[in-house]
Amino acid sequence: MTTSRARSRKPGTARNDNKEFWKLRLYVAGETPKSLTAFANLKRICEEHLAGKYHIEIVDLIKDPKLARGDQIIAVPTLVRKLPEPVRKIIGDLSNVERTLVGLDLKPVPLRE
Amino acid sequence: MEQQFGGDRYARGLRGSGKARRIEGVAGMTRQKPNLELLEKAPTGIAGLDEITLGGFPRCRATLICGGAGCGKTLTALEFLVHGATEYNEPGVFMAFEETEEELARNVASLGFDLKGLVKRKKLVVDYVRVERSEIEETGEYDLEGLFIRLGYAIDSIKAKRVVLDTVEALFGGLSQEGILRAELRRLFRWLKGKGVTAVITGERGENTLTRHGLEEYVADCVILLDNRVINQVSTRRLRIVKYRGSLHGTNEYPFLIGQSGLSVLPITSLCLDHAAGRGRVSTGVPQLDDMFGGRGFYRASTVLISGGAGAGKSSIAAAFARGGVERGERVLYFSFEESPEQFMRNMRSVGINLRPGVDKGLLKFNSIRPSLRGLEMHLLAIHEAVRDFQPRLMVIDPITNLISVGDPLEVRSMLTRLIDFLKHEQITTIFTSLTPAAETSDKSEAGVSSLIDTWISLRNVENAGERNRALHVLKSRGMAHSNQVREFQLTSAGIKLVAVSVSGGDVLVGSARFAHDVQTAAEASKRKEELERLRRAVENKRRAASARISALQAESEAELDELNRRIAEESTRISALSNASEAMLRRRMDGNAHSGGALSEPGPQRGPRPPRRNASDGSAKQQTQVEP
Repeated sequence: MTTSRARSRKPGTARNDNKEFWKLRLYVAGETPKSLTAFANLKRICEEHLAGKYHIEIVDLIKDPKLARGDQIIAVPTLVRKLPEPVRKIIGDLSNVERTLVGLDLKPVPLRE
Repeated sequence: MEQQFGGDRYARGLRGSGKARRIEGVAGMTRQKPNLELLEKAPTGIAGLDEITLGGFPRCRATLICGGAGCGKTLTALEFLVHGATEYNEPGVFMAFEETEEELARNVASLGFDLKGLVKRKKLVVDYVRVERSEIEETGEYDLEGLFIRLGYAIDSIKAKRVVLDTVEALFGGLSQEGILRAELRRLFRWLKGKGVTAVITGERGENTLTRHGLEEYVADCVILLDNRVINQVSTRRLRIVKYRGSLHGTNEYPFLIGQSGLSVLPITSLCLDHAAGRGRVSTGVPQLDDMFGGRGFYRASTVLISGGAGAGKSSIAAAFARGGVERGERVLYFSFEESPEQFMRNMRSVGINLRPGVDKGLLKFNSIRPSLRGLEMHLLAIHEAVRDFQPRLMVIDPITNLISVGDPLEVRSMLTRLIDFLKHEQITTIFTSLTPAAETSDKSEAGVSSLIDTWISLRNVENAGERNRALHVLKSRGMAHSNQVREFQLTSAGIKLVAVSVSGGDVLVGSARFAHDVQTAAEASKRKEELERLRRAVENKRRAASARISALQAESEAELDELNRRIAEESTRISALSNASEAMLRRRMDGNAHSGGALSEPGPQRGPRPPRRNASDGSAKQQTQVEP
């Protein structure tokens, strides 16, 4: 796992359709098992539901502690959905897929045709 | 290393055994104790709180401030930070869970705290933590490392020594997994200790617990409970130290106030009576009254009570005292709970006391307010603030009776104790006036405060012969000779006069009765004087008559003596004439028979030596033989 800002998939197609673009930010505190689990879970869910339409930014608070204030982070790991608006927050290791999808405001029904 | 203290080794021994007791004694009383490692404290800078905690909150530990809504928890915590940042050079972090930075800054601006300025000068960090349940979805495991990192970053950014978590319990509202929260809070408090910061945590009061979510379980070092109660429509805030590990502390409920300059707890100095006792004296403002105190008036920094019925002249004496102070160039603060300054000055003019120059010169300051407008503590605070602003040397509270009407006797007594302690500490000579109901005797009604008072002047109305007069006496005056006399106290247009009263048949006479008595006494005295003159004259006459008689007698007897002497002389001449004649006759007869006479001679008897007395010599011989062995 990359500890600073890791950019995962950034497909060109997604840019044309802003409405469909998901900008996610995952706050973690060091490479703890919990953060690794969270990242793995997040990636899996995104691949499954938002393939090609998402962008994950990872913020390690141990390296950038002042960033915690901006997004009102108290718990880690915290996933912040920056786009689409409104901002949503999901805390925990995202092990519960259904709740994560609710939190991201994604229908649990797969988007696949 | 630190061997300069004799007790150091002893202390180290104790520490080595891990049983060092960390007890901080009353300041100034622990000097003799060995140099134990005492609990360090972080002064709060809040008036009064440092006194009852004997120095402040425990350093590097957490203090819990709990209480209901609107008790002043946030303010107490914030003041702790602001004072730390401004007075003790200990920057602080305020982590707010309920109010934003903006709101906080605006709320305390009215108390004169410049939060934004402190933030700009890197003395303070205010971090608003928003926990909104509706925005947060929880899935799976998490911890509060984010909060730790935020707090840690804030602490490190300004090298903070103090931290406030204002209602950390808000987390319970925002996050649902209580198990995780509790474990994390426990970790948080331990972490704070490790960080070496003095923490203050606030918590809302619960039903049967100190805090709604049982924070007291985690923060066990020092717990302070705030309370706001309404009794008789007067709301009083109170503060109590529920526990304070490793330190002595005041245990009572102490009233506290949120005034214009922030929070103040009001025991002020009542934990110890250590004010200096001056030997200086201060005039009462009435020369004859000074005379009753050995000619020099009250002790400086003493507390004087003037009690008396309505219209007995209490305020007038107080006014004379105030004027005396002004004339000496001393600052006088006059609390008038009955009259407005203008009215008071007008009224005092009528008894020849002009207070206007003092006011104009800025030496005399009036503070008039209806006592019922505020609670007791509010009054105490008002007095404190006025004293701090004006720095008076003399003070008058006229009357305290009106304060008593505000609260119940116990509260009033405790307030007065605190007030008097404070005034003594500030070395202010104070006069309290007190209205006693006409029916009660003056000695009884003030029993509650009399022990606090150094000098007590009692004024009485004496009703007699169809008029009412004023009498004054000194009931007590600690530490000085004072008159035991009752004086008649007159309010004249030329000022206050004290006149010695007349005593007749065990009654004290004042006013016209005294006047009549004096006139009568004077008449009696002059009558007696005349009688004395008369007697003296009689004696003189008698003496003169006697001496006249004596001289007459003398003259008479002298005449008689003369006569007798004359006769003696005559007789003796006659005798000598007779003897001459008989001599002549004898001579003529002798010439006739010249040889008929011759001289006769007779021999005297002859005496021989007496024979020795035999008995005596025998006795002595016997004695001698007895002596010889």
